[in-house]
Amino acid sequence: MKHKTIFALAAAVMLLSACEEPGPPSFGPEPDLPKPSRGVLPHMVIAEPAPWGDEQPVVPEGYEIRAIATDLAIPRQSLLLPNGDILVAEGRGGNAPNLKPKDVIAGYIKAKGTSSVKGGNRLTLLRDADGDGAYELRTVFADNLNAPYGLALIGDNLYVANQDALVRFEYQEGQTRAGGPPTKVTDLPSKINHHWTKSLAASADGRFLYVGIGSNSNITERGMVAEADRAMIWEVDAKTGMHRPYATGLRNPTALAIQPGTGQLWAVVNERDEIGPNLVPDYLTAVLEGGFYGWPYSYWGKNVDDRVRPQDPEKVARAIVPDYSLGAHVAALGLAFSVPAMGGEFADGVFVGEHGSWNRPDPVGYRVTFVPFRDGRPAGPPVDFVTNFRGADGKTRGRPVGVTVDPKGALIICDDLSNTVWRVTPRRGM
Amino acid sequence: MAVTAEHRYSVVINPFHALLLGGALPLYLGALLCDIAYARTYEIQWSNFASWLIVGALVFSGVALLFALVDLMRDRRRARGFGIYILLLLATWLVGLFNVLMHARDAWAVMPMGLVLSVICSLLISLAAWFGFATPRVGDAR
Repeated sequence: MKHKTIFALAAAVMLLSACEEPGPPSFGPEPDLPKPSRGVLPHMVIAEPAPWGDEQPVVPEGYEIRAIATDLAIPRQSLLLPNGDILVAEGRGGNAPNLKPKDVIAGYIKAKGTSSVKGGNRLTLLRDADGDGAYELRTVFADNLNAPYGLALIGDNLYVANQDALVRFEYQEGQTRAGGPPTKVTDLPSKINHHWTKSLAASADGRFLYVGIGSNSNITERGMVAEADRAMIWEVDAKTGMHRPYATGLRNPTALAIQPGTGQLWAVVNERDEIGPNLVPDYLTAVLEGGFYGWPYSYWGKNVDDRVRPQDPEKVARAIVPDYSLGAHVAALGLAFSVPAMGGEFADGVFVGEHGSWNRPDPVGYRVTFVPFRDGRPAGPPVDFVTNFRGADGKTRGRPVGVTVDPKGALIICDDLSNTVWRVTPRRGM
Repeated sequence: MAVTAEHRYSVVINPFHALLLGGALPLYLGALLCDIAYARTYEIQWSNFASWLIVGALVFSGVALLFALVDLMRDRRRARGFGIYILLLLATWLVGLFNVLMHARDAWAVMPMGLVLSVICSLLISLAAWFGFATPRVGDAR
């Protein structure tokens, strides 16, 4: 009953918003950028959550999907260990206070689209010892963490990006429980933590860790001071914990990955809201060292965002255009490079987990897409890989977050709405 | 000397109604000053203050409007000056509602419309209070 009221409210809000029918989001290296627009109220459409029941995520012909762990506590990102074990980071972070009446109302509506389960603040280990695709062992590898998100393994060091610090566990192959509490590598910016997730990737040579740190606001509405050390990717020396900004102006770099072969750092970044259903494209990009990607002053290169004061034309002048639009508001939260063992048209490219929109009359995202690559660069439109997280009935049964590729040919997907870890594999004999 | 005590609305206005009506003016005025401070300094906290002050003004003027609507139903209460008062108060409330929605925009997107609406709200609530409180000029030969 309560839910019905909320969705009636959301519908009313929608009616009050500027209600022109937006075209589909624009993909690729040169997306259409309409003029910024906003109605009296922002579009807020949260697809109503529902249990899976008889429904299943849909995968392409020749692939199968199964849930390898359910009833987790907000699974976000996963890491494949050398022996095939899977670590899953579970948690929910952020402690941004409500500053305006709007924050109270918007926060309430957005919460209706997420799980009510309490974040686990732990790492769960899943093991399939006999290789039959069923993960029969499930155990807590480490707990009492603080909203862990990014995971990376360098040799026998397991790095975990909590919402407030980068920490390290010692790890021996086959281990099912951490030997003790972790050692802190470095503190991470954590005041307010509007965008709290700290994404993580290890450089190909294992010397550095890259940490994605999201902005502390949509578009500086918590003040410029709150944005010190935010909206950037840090390069952290794995041994000493010393760090420096590697690239800046990335509003919310929610997932990082190193490209096999080249060692190039790539990121998916969530862009700003409330200037229209097809603005601003969330993007996939190779991250250039020292690069500035616009936030907050401009978007998609040099398109100035008038909501920011004071403005900074000098920074806008050197803002980099990202490589590839994933579409506005899709909320890309997962990124993984594929391997030939994934098969067929999914052999060369990246998988992207899309959590799904709230700021669009016609919801987008709620799926895992595949961006095909050629010669190490995105080539061609994105292809649906896993869908039906948002059903034809408009109800949401899952929201994909992190994606991880198993070199043996499997994609592992964390779903923080149904609290499930999914595993997609090519069908045997294909 | 003849004393003409006009039967004005202010004579019959409920004290709590009067309190709310009088209270809404400084709330809107405060919001206006906060908007000006934000426009001059780009310091976001002023804009946050403005948002909450407008919410306060909406609550005060909204309850005052309810009192006025109740009085509208009662013949005895519909004294001279009442019609213009209730129209002004209703207008204040509607513009105030647009104003709070405008202030729900992020950062500088509030400007300049938020500031303009705060000026209009302040003027309207001043006029509403003027007509709500206008007293009969007791003892004044006309």
